[in-house]
Parts: sequence; C-alpha cells; structure tokens
Amino acid sequence: MNTRDRILARIRLALDRGSATAQSESAAAVRDRLDNHPRGPSPARDWERVPRFRERCFSLSSTVEGIARLEQVPGAVARYLGENALPLACVCWPEFSRLEWAAAGLQVEARPATGEDAVGISGVFCAIAETGTLMLLSGPDSYATTSLLPETHIAVVPAARIVRSIEDGWDLLRNERGALPRQVTFVSGPSRIADIEMTLVLGIHGPYRVHVIVVGG
Amino acid sequence: MQVTSQQFKRKAAEALANPQLRKALGNLRARMVSGRARSLLELENLEQIREAAKSARDFALAHLDHLLERFELNACARGAQVHWAETGDEVNQLVLEIARRNAVRKIIKSKSMLGEETGLNHYLEAAGIEVRETDLGEYIIQEARETPSHIIAPAVHRTAEEVADLFQQKHKLPRKTDIGEMTREARMVLRPHFLTADMGITGANFLVAETGTSMIVTNEGNGRMTTTLPRVHVAIAGIEKVLATLEDVAFILRLLTRSATGQPISNYLTFTTGPKQAGDKDGPDEFHIIIVDAGRTRVLASDLRAALRCIRCGACMNHCPVYQSVGGHAYGWVYPGPIGAVLTPAYVGLDNALDLPNAATLCNQCGVVCPVKIPLPDLMRKLREQQVERGLRPWPERLTLKLWAWAALRPAAYAWITGMLARIGRWAGGSKRLIHKLPGGAAWSRHRDMPAPSGKTFRELYRHRR
Repeated sequence: MNTRDRILARIRLALDRGSATAQSESAAAVRDRLDNHPRGPSPARDWERVPRFRERCFSLSSTVEGIARLEQVPGAVARYLGENALPLACVCWPEFSRLEWAAAGLQVEARPATGEDAVGISGVFCAIAETGTLMLLSGPDSYATTSLLPETHIAVVPAARIVRSIEDGWDLLRNERGALPRQVTFVSGPSRIADIEMTLVLGIHGPYRVHVIVVGG
Repeated sequence: MQVTSQQFKRKAAEALANPQLRKALGNLRARMVSGRARSLLELENLEQIREAAKSARDFALAHLDHLLERFELNACARGAQVHWAETGDEVNQLVLEIARRNAVRKIIKSKSMLGEETGLNHYLEAAGIEVRETDLGEYIIQEARETPSHIIAPAVHRTAEEVADLFQQKHKLPRKTDIGEMTREARMVLRPHFLTADMGITGANFLVAETGTSMIVTNEGNGRMTTTLPRVHVAIAGIEKVLATLEDVAFILRLLTRSATGQPISNYLTFTTGPKQAGDKDGPDEFHIIIVDAGRTRVLASDLRAALRCIRCGACMNHCPVYQSVGGHAYGWVYPGPIGAVLTPAYVGLDNALDLPNAATLCNQCGVVCPVKIPLPDLMRKLREQQVERGLRPWPERLTLKLWAWAALRPAAYAWITGMLARIGRWAGGSKRLIHKLPGGAAWSRHRDMPAPSGKTFRELYRHRR
C-alpha cells in the first residue's frame, strides 16, 4: 500500500465503514451533494442590488461612482486620478484598449502590470452586492496582476453584472463558463492589515485604493 | 515545531509578569471580541447558519474518504499534482523534492499553520533555500525568530514599539513609529521578494471536492501574489480541510471572517484550480497540493472528532480568559487557546501536553462563540478523564485520589477522617473562623482565606437534627 491508500484506509477504519453497503451509501451521498450543490441558509436580502453594492463598497473603504455608458470610462478615470493627484499612466485589460484614453489625457497600455505600474484598470466577471465584492477570473485577457501590483486599482463594473451573493456568482460561472478558470478571486476593497497592535492599515501588499466605476444601471 | 507544552505553568507565569505582552493582548480583546459581536448582528438567522455550517463540516468528516478521492480526481483533471503525506517530515521532504526538481532558490510563503506544525521553514532553510514569510504578522515573527502566538494574528504579542525596533535593526532604515509608515516599509522590503521568488507555498482554508480547488482567505494580497507570481505553487492542507461544494464554502465564509476579525468578508478570497492554462499571462507552471494526515486520522477515530470541524477562525482564543491573560506562546505548540488545548494533546500526545486541557476554567465562552459549535469544554473534559485513566497525572494527585477512594469505600473510616478534619479545621480557623494558610494548598490561600468548617460533618449535623 502506498501513502495515499494507507491514509484512506485509516479514514475508512475511523469511520467504521466495515460493510460494502456503508461504503456505497457514503459514495451515493457524496455524489448527490456534489451534483446538486445545495445552497446553505443565507441572511435576509431585503435590499436592491445596485444601491447595496455601492453602499457596501464604501463600507470596505472602496470608492464608487456611476456613469451611464462605457465610453465615459476614460473621462471618469481621468477625473478620479486628477482629484487624487495620482499618476496618469495606467495599464488595463485588453477589453478596454479601444476606449479613447488619450483624448482624456491618459497614457493607457493594455498589458499585464509589473511592479512599476501605479494604476491598473480591470473589468470584472461579476460583482457581489451583499458584500461590495468584485469577482475576477484568471484568463488570457484578464490579468491578475492588474488588480494586484499597482497601488491603485480601478474596476469597471457593468450594473447588469452585479449579482446578489457569491452563490449567485457561482451559478453565473457555471452557466457561462462551465468550469472554473485557474483562479477565481473575490476582491473586497483595498488590501489591509491589522497585524501591528490590531491597528487597521489600508494598503499592504495589494492596492492602497480601489475605485469602482459602475456603468449603466 | 518543537513541542514545549510541558512548560505551560512556567511560561504562563512569565507571560503574566510581562507588561508589554499584557498591553498587546488588551488590543486583541478590544478589537476582535467587539468586532465579532458587531458583525454577527447582520446575520439575523445566525443560529440557522451555524447549525448548517456544523452539519456541512460533519458531512465532510463523515465522507472524508470519498470527498478526498473526488478532490484528487478533479484537481488532477485540471493539471494539479496531488501528493499525500502521513507525517510532518514527509511534508517537508515532498516540498524539498519539488523545490530541488525545479531548481528553486527562493520561496515566498503565505501563512500556513500546517507549515508551522511540520517546521517547514527551518527544514527548507537548512537545505539552503531562502524562505520568506510574507503575511506581515508572520514576517515580523520570522525576523524576530519567534513562533506565532495566534492562528490569525501571529504577532499579536508584539507592541508597535517592539516592531519598530525590529524593523530598524533588520531593514537598516530610519526608525519609524507610525504603524502606517511601518506597513509601507514592509511592503517596500517584501515587494522585490514577490517578484523574484521561484516558488510559492500556501496553506488552504478549504479544499473543494466538487471542483478540485484549494482556496485561501487573506487580507493583505500576499496570498494572491504567492499563488500567481512564482513558477511553482505548493499548497499544503490537512485531510480535514475538505468541503463538498463551492456553495458550502460560500455560506461558511459568512461565519468564518466575521468570527475571526469581525469582517463581513475578507479582502481576498482566492480559489485556485490547477496551474496556468493555455494562453494565461500569469499563474504558475506547476501546482502541487499535499494532503496531510499528521495525526488527523487518529483524531477522526477518537471521541475528539468534533475538533476536526474547526475552520480556524480563532474566536475561541479571542474569547478565552486564559488566552487573554497569558497569550499564545505558553501553550507551547502551533495552536493556542481552547482549540489548542484539544488539538495539541491530540496531535502530539497527551503526555506531551499534560497541562493544556487543564488550562481552562471550562467557562464555555469558547463553546458559545465557535461558529461550527465544537463543544470545546466537553473535549477538554474528555482529555482530563484520559489523563486520569492512563495514570498521567502527577503522583501526589494520584495518591490523594487513591486515598480518597479507599476511604470513600469504607463509610466508618470516612466518617472518622472527615470528623477529624472538621474539628482540626475549626481549631485552625480561630476566632475569625478563617484559615489563612492551607497546608498543601499554599498557592490557593496566598490570595484568599478559606472559611473554616463548623467543627461537625454534614452527617453528624444530619443525625443530630433528625
């Protein structure tokens, strides 16, 4: 027996699975739960998706603004960076490469972020209203580094892609993609720590600030 | 990690005499306890969610074999390499082999308590590989050559002043006292390591059987970097970390982050399934998952099984009057507080951690706050019983109990002895009827007086009044 089989045998012994019936009943219970993936109980949801999302973003120390159309994103980004005296050079996901960045006074390149880049502009797979969270999928055109390495992360969130809960996010993912990508990341505000005397500090290894631009609604 | 739980009494006494530690622990109580209470108010069906979380964890344990097999199947189908380890030493060897095969020189690590169990850092460093802890708390204690004193706030025993001294000494930069500036300095120092490491090591908060996914819950962003930037990622996880579905993870997280830090959700939830895929611009070329027993099957087979439900939120220690007073190091191994008082004897042997199940008032604060309803005081009581059954208690205690048992089986002798003690006690109490020094109980009577008995036993009084 190899290590794996020894561990599994010890588990079966501990669980007292003497009989073949007990074994097959357990296998059936597992098959059933995995196939149907029933939801656990959720807290009450007596709120509207978009207002809740915005309110929760603020409570996570993200900032939020709303615009009507995707074409207005460069203007909104330029305004945000200007107001906060942040650098005007950014990197973005390829889905935004055709926007009129230069006209808004920005230098934006569609490429993964390096340690040198100060501002990263990403989209989302969807967003979670319950907690003010962004759901990001890894993929050829959705670089993880964009929302991770720069000090400022700007996320473009179509209002129609705001779902209620993480569970809704899983369903959307199953319906639209079938399988999980290499990585699913849920981002809830700027990175933070409270490791020194339990004092909350925003911005440690990940971004210092997260700005969410909700499009449409 | 070396087990020093046998020195609990000495270390607890030292901790109580350390004003810096007491200041640091005060912060924990103020922030964590009230933060948890506030954030749980948002869940009006909290009890229903806790009950479901308990049963989802129980389901995982009751079907552990099949869930692990499904996990392995699904993870391998996505290109992950799954390994199994029976002991901590095997974990260390497997990690080193993977590192050697990939010519790894530098490793970045996101926090792993299992890695603390196996002493992974020392093992890899001894083999000539640079290992960097990147969780700020873990980084602080790594630089200070210490062990974590809390499972989610590993450096909670350190004051800001102490961290400022440490950073000045290690970073060779002007001393900073503002916590924000110190944090920025740590980012600056650690960033180059993230960008140049060959391998990342993480633990796992959960393994998802449905999808073959390993997931971590973090706040700092170091976990994302560790799983994304280096060319090899190794996740190590105990067998008990498995959950059936993504839905199970989703609803249990509502309890986990609130119970841990009072956050409705932590900053980053990272679900990793397999290595980099075709076309991806980031992600590791190799993704290894090491599934570890290291004592867990023994606990599964014992009457302590409920302890394996633990989702590592730390609420039990945050609320424990003993932990709040002495901190984590006195417990002498990886897991402090009430869960440590159960897991440490279970994993390293009861005879190596004799004091821990007794280092509790059994006030049941831990049982009340546990999100998955582990009956921690009951489990500590079971361990106390085992100590007696296996004859592990110190000889004066065993002798006393033997003498008592002898007398208790002989009513006449019992009546005579208790009658004598009642009279001696009355005499010793003097006119104030208080005993100032208790023979054989000096520690007890140092700070309080024992009320003297009335001079007659209960049975004498009963006979008299009838």
